[in-house]
Amino acid sequence: MSDLTEIRWHARAGQGAITASKLLAETALFNGKYIQAMPEYGPERTGAPLKAYTRISDAPIEVHNNIVTPSIVVVLDETLLPIVNVAEGLDDNGLILINTTKDVDGIRKELSLPASVNVAVVDASGIAVDTLGRDMPNTPVVGALAHVSKVATVDALKEILVLEFGKKFTQDIIDANLTSVDRAAQEVVCQ
Amino acid sequence: MANVTVLGATGNQMVAEAFRQAAVDVLPAYPITPQTTMVEGYSKFVADGRVHTEYVAVESEHSAMSASIGASAAGARVATATAAQGLVHMYEQLYIASGMRLPIVMANANRALSAPINIHGDHSDVMSARDSGWIILFAETAQEAYDNTLIAFRVAEHADVLLPVMSTLDGFITTHAMERCELMDDETVTSYVGTRTPVNPLINGASASSHGMFASLGGTYFEVKKAQRAAIDASFPYIQEAGDAWENISGRKFEFIETHQCDDADFIMVVLGSSAGNSRVVADELRAQGIKAGVLRIRLYRPFPFKEVAEVLKGAKSIAILDRSDAFGAEYGPVGLDVRSALYNEGIVIPTRNYIYGLGGADVTLDALRQAFAEIQQLADGKLDQSLSYLGTR
Repeated sequence: MSDLTEIRWHARAGQGAITASKLLAETALFNGKYIQAMPEYGPERTGAPLKAYTRISDAPIEVHNNIVTPSIVVVLDETLLPIVNVAEGLDDNGLILINTTKDVDGIRKELSLPASVNVAVVDASGIAVDTLGRDMPNTPVVGALAHVSKVATVDALKEILVLEFGKKFTQDIIDANLTSVDRAAQEVVCQ
Repeated sequence: MANVTVLGATGNQMVAEAFRQAAVDVLPAYPITPQTTMVEGYSKFVADGRVHTEYVAVESEHSAMSASIGASAAGARVATATAAQGLVHMYEQLYIASGMRLPIVMANANRALSAPINIHGDHSDVMSARDSGWIILFAETAQEAYDNTLIAFRVAEHADVLLPVMSTLDGFITTHAMERCELMDDETVTSYVGTRTPVNPLINGASASSHGMFASLGGTYFEVKKAQRAAIDASFPYIQEAGDAWENISGRKFEFIETHQCDDADFIMVVLGSSAGNSRVVADELRAQGIKAGVLRIRLYRPFPFKEVAEVLKGAKSIAILDRSDAFGAEYGPVGLDVRSALYNEGIVIPTRNYIYGLGGADVTLDALRQAFAEIQQLADGKLDQSLSYLGTR
């Protein structure tokens, strides 16, 4: 079980975090991994804080519970930082990726993160507005995560996007999503 | 040659696929969380023309089961799905389905019962129906929800069984979590499930028959009920046969109970459904510390595999029996009562503790399971009694 990676997603309902948690899992599955992706459901209200989880492993995954000691935390909405303890339980050598225009040092200070934690920032909302035409940060955030972590590859992510989105969206929308992934992978800063 | 597709899918998606591949004739359903995405997925198969099912969008679960009964008695292959208040709303119809010996397959997304209102996973709903004459299977994973559902059709419709089967999966944890799953090709499943050969269907040309007739004092009511128990008691080998046949195709083993490190275990935890993996992880930790811990998971709950359970437990020093529902006013929860009964039947006296856990979707933490294992070690030393207690409550 030592290769098990546990990822916790923080977002507001409607930002696509559940889709992101599943998109990452499907990408890892495509890379030959065992996966789990699940939401923590509460009353559904757009804008309410929510959590979702992804597990990725080389071996079948035995545990079925909420993730309380993640090795990776992803935050899709920086307005959650003052109201949710997003770093709770995060591994001391873990990674936290935030959709923000702030820089790494600012985030590290704001969340009182130790130097051993890798902090990654990407303006996924900005990229989404540029490429998709609206603030839907989930796809670029997954692109950034694939780039800065070892849990899935950017190439596999793009193949999955073509496969999955090809079933329901136009080529323009698929292309915009692929561009958003490439831009997020290029622009994410991780220290 | 069987052809397998590997995909990321939720338990609800996998059950919808199983219904599709079983080529269900009639599927009456009413949506209820956390079953909704299952019947929503199935209605999409209908809309897309991928199945030729008569999908009946009924106005309540009572009607869902009533329509299922009518269609099944007419000779159709019938499936439905529900959860929680929906299952208990069907309650009187559940007994009619089993009393009329109708091979309906129903998926249940196991969920808490009100009050207070709660939409999350536990076993209160299905346990309320445990003695209603249905065969009941519990899945641990999305994959197993698929496997159990296919096995259910083959068992239910077998001429020597003819009982309704409930294929249950834990609300949200299994219904809504995406996992790595293997989907068998349609042709292989169609051949495995076979076609239904109805016995005395309502509509059969000149020999049309009536079902569920009046059987009063001096009639045959008592005898029918006696026959019904004989049927469920005699269903074990048919369930095993259906599971073995599916194992030959899928490579995935089917056993009434699944054991993990039980052969020489001093301390065994008995559990159903999605929490079993957590229990196995904790048992493995204890094994690494030299403590002989094991886990027994019950996959077939009705008929209850008394002999198999007793055989596995007989060498233990103490047993933790986990219940994700309560049997208010009884000494233990439902699983606790059944396991103790299994031990008594075989003349085995081993101290047990019954743990109510995870009600209303409360997270089943590894720490809580560690606590249960620690307590039954004290129980074996005579430092704790056999009372019912709770895991993870404030």
